[in-house]
Amino acid sequence: MTVLRCETMPVRSQQDVVAVRQSVRSFAVAQGLSLVDQTKIVTAASELARNTLDHGGGGTARLEAVSDNGRTGVRLTFEDRGPGIADIARAMTDGFTTGSGLGLGLGGAKRLSNDFDLWSRTGEGTRVTITRWK
Amino acid sequence: MDRIPILRMGQFLIVSIQVDMHDRLALTLQADLAARISQTGAHGVLLDISSLEVVDSFIGRMISNIAGTSRVLDAETVVVGIQPAVAITLVELGLSLPGVRTALNIEKGMAMLREATAGFEEADAAGRNSLSECDDDSAAL
Ligand SMILES: Nc1ncnc2c1ncn2[C@@H]1O[C@H](COP(=O)(O)OP(=O)(O)OP(=O)(O)O)[C@@H](O)[C@H]1O
Ligand SMILES: [Mg+2]
Repeated sequence: MTVLRCETMPVRSQQDVVAVRQSVRSFAVAQGLSLVDQTKIVTAASELARNTLDHGGGGTARLEAVSDNGRTGVRLTFEDRGPGIADIARAMTDGFTTGSGLGLGLGGAKRLSNDFDLWSRTGEGTRVTITRWK
Repeated sequence: MDRIPILRMGQFLIVSIQVDMHDRLALTLQADLAARISQTGAHGVLLDISSLEVVDSFIGRMISNIAGTSRVLDAETVVVGIQPAVAITLVELGLSLPGVRTALNIEKGMAMLREATAGFEEADAAGRNSLSECDDDSAAL
């Protein structure tokens, strides 16, 4: 896998979440994703950025334009050094929330992406990586 | 921008969201709308989201909450102009906006609202009629 371009953004405020959505959109457009695929990855990014802010206490978003065996895509990594997720399987279940949300963010982000990877350790933090291919 | 404008047209309130809202802005709109419905006694809310390129779970929840709160305050909500890509994404995200009426565009949305609130007009008219009957009765006495 080759990284053609990358950008790291802070996720420390609600305005940062808006800025992440907008930058993910421009990466997706530049990589030639269809309008529906752009919308899917921007929506997934919005869910994950909000989790980084609300549950992880803030962190970063890394945006990458990638290519692999002739296909191109957008890969996003959301990382924080927050409390981590105690029970990942439960957190992934639709409807499970420790906050006041709908509990759709993680499951929804997975469904809206082609590749989904979640790493988390209690007391250390959380890292979620998703990719949407053209 | 720290507020989404709410326009009034007769017995309806009209909101057109033209910016990528951060979460607090969405919560402010929800509260402002509830206040305006109760102030004005509006019977309908038209929520135009045709400019929204993304509806995530937070905005989806805001839309459901607006429809739910309006109903409790005796007003109908119609959401108009959801972009096709947004609709596809919403379903995959797992949000089906239960209990939220939708229409393709503002014109159809207004027609839907008029139809949904026609009962209010009839009730108002009936109220006036019975009042004038009373007047007639008292005049006859
Ligand atoms: N970065 C994170 N750090 C710590 N906990 C997290 C993180 N992301 C998710 N979680 C945990 O996983 C749960 C499920 O997350 P998910 O995004 O699916 O739902 P939610 O954020 O609670 O609600 P919604 O996203 O629908 O508004 C959260 O309630 C939280 O407990
Ligand atoms: Mg979430």
